[in-house]
Amino acid sequence: MGFFSKKKQSSSVAKDRLKLVLIHDRANCNTELLEMMKQEIIDVISRYMEIDEKGLEINLGTTTSEYENGIVPALYANIPIRNMRAPAKRT
Amino acid sequence: MSECIVITSGKGGVGKTTTSANIGIGLAMLGKKVILIDADIGLRNLDVVLGLENRIVYNLVDVVEGNCRLKQALIKDKKFPELFLLPAAQTRDKDAVSPEQMKELCENLKEDFDYVIIDCPAGIEQGFKNAIAGADRAIIVTTPEISAIRDADRIIGLLEANEMKDHRLIVNRLRTDMIKRGDMMSVEDVIDILAIDLIGAIPDDENIVISTNNGEPIVINQDVLSGKAYLNICKRVMGEDVPYLDLNVNVSFFKKLRNIMGINN
Repeated sequence: MGFFSKKKQSSSVAKDRLKLVLIHDRANCNTELLEMMKQEIIDVISRYMEIDEKGLEINLGTTTSEYENGIVPALYANIPIRNMRAPAKRT
Repeated sequence: MSECIVITSGKGGVGKTTTSANIGIGLAMLGKKVILIDADIGLRNLDVVLGLENRIVYNLVDVVEGNCRLKQALIKDKKFPELFLLPAAQTRDKDAVSPEQMKELCENLKEDFDYVIIDCPAGIEQGFKNAIAGADRAIIVTTPEISAIRDADRIIGLLEANEMKDHRLIVNRLRTDMIKRGDMMSVEDVIDILAIDLIGAIPDDENIVISTNNGEPIVINQDVLSGKAYLNICKRVMGEDVPYLDLNVNVSFFKKLRNIMGINN
């Protein structure tokens, strides 16, 4: 690597982009897995607070990692809270 | 023991048909009895790549529909009497054949041949489903480009969903000069991403274009690197443990030589 070659090599750009795309592709092929995960997340959080189940969204996205170089895939969850108090236990 | 191998890729234009032709001829060169099936109904091409386009009378759909006997539709190769082609129909649709019919056809052919090689059409629709139906294993062809690798990954997923666990990868059109510059993904990069076993790497070689123009697949020419690489793939198909060619040294050597001599061919 010379002094002038600051620009990232295009092959590693391609590799990084591809890795991300494939994570999404592979996840999309498995929508039922995401759906199962969504249901379990609802179950866990509902124990501690009242949430809007219909407004809950879970998506795969990307974020900049603090530990690894560059962009990494990330799971985004948007969970609207109705009430910070736990719902009354159903009897 | 006979085997049926499908050559597939997902993306078009990565070299499926060229690879099918070369593997077919290579296996015949190694003394095997081979039948090549062009499963790309409506977009027939394996015949021209093999230089057999003038000999077609019947095709795959004729066989399936019973318009002729299986043996009548098989075309014997010009050079290798143990190599045959079952051409695709050019004026029909992919759904003229069903996966069940393909399966039956492959089983019948396996009785007479050591290897049944199927050239799969691009895409993941009916033609793909037909092509993989009768196959025991798959060879996936890709190039070191994002689009081709992405499609290969999808194909691997679909093959696994169809219970086909035995699949290996060919990385085609490698340019060592670009890989050295960091402008092309290497074989290792591709393998790392797809997490699948390699069966061969083919350099980007203009000799392949020239030999295809002449209807004589490159594997016949064992003086060039790409021809050697294809024959090595055939040996690996047969279960031999062949070391991988150093595309790097050879290509750059020839390039240097060409540059020194000032030849630009």
